[in-house]
Amino acid sequence: MNKRPRPEPVQVVKQRRDAALARLTTSVPYMQFMGMRFERRGNELTGILDFSQHLIGNPMLPALHGGAIGAFLESTAQMTLMWNSVWDLMENGGEAAQKIEAGDFPAWPKTIDITVDYLRSGLPRDAYARAEITRAGRRYASLRVMTWQDDVEKPFAEALVHFLMPQG
Amino acid sequence: MVEMDETARLELARRMAAAIPHSVALGMHVEAIGHGSAVISVPYDEKLVGDPTTGVVHGGVITALLDGTAGTAVMTHPKAPGGTATIDLRIDYMRAARPGQTITAHAECYRLTRNVAFVRAYAHDGDPEDPVAQANGAFTVEPRGTKIGETA
Repeated sequence: MNKRPRPEPVQVVKQRRDAALARLTTSVPYMQFMGMRFERRGNELTGILDFSQHLIGNPMLPALHGGAIGAFLESTAQMTLMWNSVWDLMENGGEAAQKIEAGDFPAWPKTIDITVDYLRSGLPRDAYARAEITRAGRRYASLRVMTWQDDVEKPFAEALVHFLMPQG
Repeated sequence: MVEMDETARLELARRMAAAIPHSVALGMHVEAIGHGSAVISVPYDEKLVGDPTTGVVHGGVITALLDGTAGTAVMTHPKAPGGTATIDLRIDYMRAARPGQTITAHAECYRLTRNVAFVRAYAHDGDPEDPVAQANGAFTVEPRGTKIGETA
């Protein structure tokens, strides 16, 4: 009779995954400064940029700063890629998973370039972003990322981002 | 822009920058403006760090700096009637900025048509010959009255 190990209780699994994600986010001072956070459904991530007055770039309209929008897209792409690596390490168990649990994460992928397409102005309210990994190679990764506010069908900016994966 | 002496123009650009909350939050300082060009810097600050193990500033800071400097370059162009907003911006990160160093961006609006402004920009951390990032962007040309627009 083949006995597979009893699965861990759902709360334990959830707690471990959420803790790893929270730890990753809070370890980056810039993400704290911007007011960015991430929510997850399984391994899928949604970036959230909580509105704050200091994100405004055009006080007349008012509208979010283009640089802040670009930074949010870049950070969401970077976190999605990082989370993808962390997830695999966590799920495969063993020593690598223990390191993650102890807060010892792999090095961050480095941005090679980003192309931002500004489609409409960012309103003074929360923004959400989702990235899709179009290529995850050993050295290079390519992601598409979009951000929306009210209507997910109407992104207000999109970007194409390339990363150099940590070597070693 | 009405004829103004250079000191008054720089003073105006600094006042306009001081009215942009995100520029203030990042600590942006207008170093110089020309006629279709601008130089803006951001001092190193621990709150802007993107990689806690190295202390390197997050790429987003450089994105915001290059975008802001490029937009300012458009608005200082003698033929630009008013404000501007970013249509698209491509940034190449050539290397990590050294922790502790002020980052300075230079932008030049090299072509301005009735509706579109084309800008190139770069950022360095002390030596302009060894830039950390380079950018190319297209910006809108807004009619008079919209004023110090800073992207969408």
